[in-house]
Amino acid sequence: MTVHVAIRKNTYYDSVTLMALARKMAALPGVAEAVAVMATPLNKDLLAGVGLLGPEASAAGADDLVVAVKAESEAACVAALEVFSGATARQAGEKKTAAAFTTLAAAARSIPDANLAVISVPGEYAAREARAALRQGLNVMLFSDNVSLEDEVELKKTAHEQGLLVMGPDCGTAIVNGVALCFANAVRRGGIGVVGASGTGTQEVTVHIDRLGGGVSQVLGTGGRDLSAAVGGIMMLDCLAALARDEATSVVVLVSKPPAPAVAAKIMTAVTACPKPVVVCFPGGEAAGPPAAGAYFAATLEEAARAAVTLAAGGQPAAPQCRHEKLASMAALARTKLAPQQDTIRGLFCGGTLCAEAAGLSPGARHLFVDLGADEYTKGKPHPMIEPSLRLPHILAAAGDPAVAVILLDIVLGYGAHPDPAGVTAPAIVEAREIARAAGRHVHVIAYVCGTDADRQGKADQESKLAAAGAILAKSNARGAYLATAIVTREVRK
Amino acid sequence: MTAINELFKRKLTVINVGAPLFRDDLAAQEVPVTQLDWRPPAGGRPELIAALDALSDRPETEAANAAAVAAILAARPVLTDLALAAVDAIPGMTPTTILHAGPPVRWEAMAGPMRGAVIGALIFEGLAADEAEAAALAAAGKITFAPCHEHGAVGPMAGIVSASMPVWVVENAARGNRSYCPLNEGLGKVLRFGAFGAEVIDRLRWMRDELAPALKAALAHTGGIDLRTMIAQALHMGDEGHNRNKAGTSLFIRTVAPGLAKAGLAPAVTARVLAFMHANDHFFLNLSMPAAKAALDAAHGIAGSSVVTTMCRNGVEFGVRVSGCPGNTWFTGPAQAVEGLFFPGYGPADANPDLGDSAITETYGIGGFAMGGAPAIVQFVGGTPADALAYTTQMYEITLAENGSYTIPNLNFRGTPTAIDVRRVVATGLLPVINTGMAHREPGVGQVGAGVVRPPRECFDKALLALAARAK
Repeated sequence: MTVHVAIRKNTYYDSVTLMALARKMAALPGVAEAVAVMATPLNKDLLAGVGLLGPEASAAGADDLVVAVKAESEAACVAALEVFSGATARQAGEKKTAAAFTTLAAAARSIPDANLAVISVPGEYAAREARAALRQGLNVMLFSDNVSLEDEVELKKTAHEQGLLVMGPDCGTAIVNGVALCFANAVRRGGIGVVGASGTGTQEVTVHIDRLGGGVSQVLGTGGRDLSAAVGGIMMLDCLAALARDEATSVVVLVSKPPAPAVAAKIMTAVTACPKPVVVCFPGGEAAGPPAAGAYFAATLEEAARAAVTLAAGGQPAAPQCRHEKLASMAALARTKLAPQQDTIRGLFCGGTLCAEAAGLSPGARHLFVDLGADEYTKGKPHPMIEPSLRLPHILAAAGDPAVAVILLDIVLGYGAHPDPAGVTAPAIVEAREIARAAGRHVHVIAYVCGTDADRQGKADQESKLAAAGAILAKSNARGAYLATAIVTREVRK
Repeated sequence: MTAINELFKRKLTVINVGAPLFRDDLAAQEVPVTQLDWRPPAGGRPELIAALDALSDRPETEAANAAAVAAILAARPVLTDLALAAVDAIPGMTPTTILHAGPPVRWEAMAGPMRGAVIGALIFEGLAADEAEAAALAAAGKITFAPCHEHGAVGPMAGIVSASMPVWVVENAARGNRSYCPLNEGLGKVLRFGAFGAEVIDRLRWMRDELAPALKAALAHTGGIDLRTMIAQALHMGDEGHNRNKAGTSLFIRTVAPGLAKAGLAPAVTARVLAFMHANDHFFLNLSMPAAKAALDAAHGIAGSSVVTTMCRNGVEFGVRVSGCPGNTWFTGPAQAVEGLFFPGYGPADANPDLGDSAITETYGIGGFAMGGAPAIVQFVGGTPADALAYTTQMYEITLAENGSYTIPNLNFRGTPTAIDVRRVVATGLLPVINTGMAHREPGVGQVGAGVVRPPRECFDKALLALAARAK
């Protein structure tokens, strides 16, 4: 093995770009490992971890770029570095044409119409940028994670005083004035306002609102920690108040992982005071709390969407209906193909809240639900929604496990997501089924496509690729989980 | 009605800080989006980030900077006199004092061009007969070396000022403080590039004996010349006040000519004086520099201010002074190589590292900072007029104010970027852009080219840390 390390002093690229380029290099023939990172202490640890931290990289600083390649031959190393240089040279060419501001303050001063900053820089710097944005009177979408709790509280208090939004940290999804920000789907506009403390949970609610004929006024994110005791739901309360005042909004949906009890009480007080009907959904937690005036609890994200669409149309939400007979017959048919020892579900998810919801609907300690977007899987790697190929080895491994009856997958579409996740995943589904077949088993793959036909990936197109690979398609994330559970528990959930 | 509800009613206009992926998605939705050319603040160095945080949103710093900015913008540098001998005008100067460009430097450590200029000055003063004697004298510790800047003076390139050299006297009419600068000798073999041959000494003598008295008399008839107005006009005529002074020189000749005529000099003297000024496109540089110096000295020593009041080079080190660190507190780093074009026959190996006090013009917001209005000189840096505009535009990011007196026509008469803020330099990593000439590294060869240079970052890092320490 040959190792080449190139250092570029004072050259900055954002991590998403670098990770994409590193993947491109790693895919070249003969390349065993390719890393392209800014030489921060964290990234140096990463380099050390794969044995690529040489003395040059050790000495480099946070504004120096390190490109390290381990390959079978000298030529392969050189070729990989050339691919990197070629791609960045093209980028530099593009960069030069745009008016380049290096600070938020300078950009905001020159663009008086600016009203929102989308911040996705590394977490240790993100709070500084968010503060700068608030100082300029900008609303903030803070996509970055690894922002300290103290910073989050301070930012949100400042934003609250100024009447501005701080969506995040770790906020992946919002739709403001019909514009999808970061990871969001192309959904119809309408009268339903959504406030979400979880990205894919919010996506799931909005695609079902769209599917059921409704539309959204504003979709606001708060970041996952907003309803913790420390933050106290500052942003969810502010967003709820803003939507209560918003003339275009007739119904509000709140989506969050289960909140801290004290915060839940505060939220419910605000919900009760809200003059508009509010649908509350805490997927993965207890199905419902005590009903409060004006509040409608939904056990699943899909039900939350259904209730909201019904309310927006002037109706009263009915009790959730599940097509038990159909589910039972499907499950019974599926079961006939399983060996007796196949009794577990392997959920492999890109979306954290989709994972939590599915896990919450599939009781049983033997099942394994993995959120591949969690920190332990994404350190130094792109998110699986951007790079779905990261999930493929997990699918194949699940197929080789004799206890696994069902592999449950989410395919998340929309802005920010990979242009063809189903196309990337379908061959692995075929291969997974082959692996099981070769071992004398049958493994069911249930896939749910979270998206709309207006998304650039096209929901129907994505579904047909998955179906062609032999996957069973679920109509919602919850229904996928119900079916999976019905198959392995050999009875339909009542 | 909160700002959130106002946002709901307005068209979204986004600044994207981070992944370009999100910029692309927004652009695809036809949302106006500006991608920030973001990099980790202060190069990601924690001690600098801590210093930045300690000094940002700090009322004392903001107030001190407002005072420094006001002093710079209010300054009205007026050419009031020409002193026939520096020793009579410059405070603290003695017959054996030699002032030099840049931050302090010992004789032993001086760059080639500066050593040559010191030798020439000692010969000119009659303190030494030749090179060997001069060098021995300088080495024997008999000469007091000091930076021009520590005596209210500035000098281009080697910046050598000795006792009997004539100096311009510029007074800041707003504050009464004065600055000084020797007269520009022209191009070729000249003292400021380290030449000390007979022709150099002869020219210095002629300047002392004929040129200076003539111009002094002319000035007396002209009355003071408002340099702020003259610089403002020169900027509209394609000068930037550092590397291009054609317009300023022409304006000066035009202004001083009637006084010269009235001075009652022999026609041959008047002719020689006019011809000398006419032959030297950089004659005005030695007026734009003390004008800048007078303005910036008025802003120096304001406790808590992070405004840069001096940038200068001695050929070995780059030196920076900051308003909030009063007196002669220097923050230095190695002088950098200049990037630019070389005169025929010369190349990068011939050039001395960055040299001279002329970066005072950039400190004042002209020179490289005003390059956007001086498209004719961008060829020196191998660039296009668009590049020149980009240099100027970039400098707004590290400055606190725009000078309404000095405007850039093709930036819609926007004021030049003025008052460099150490905090912004460190935060952005954007270093001031300086237009400059290049001296040959050997004494006496002269100018070998011109181009653009940036200071070493460490000057600003050190200054920021010192300011933060004082703020505690």
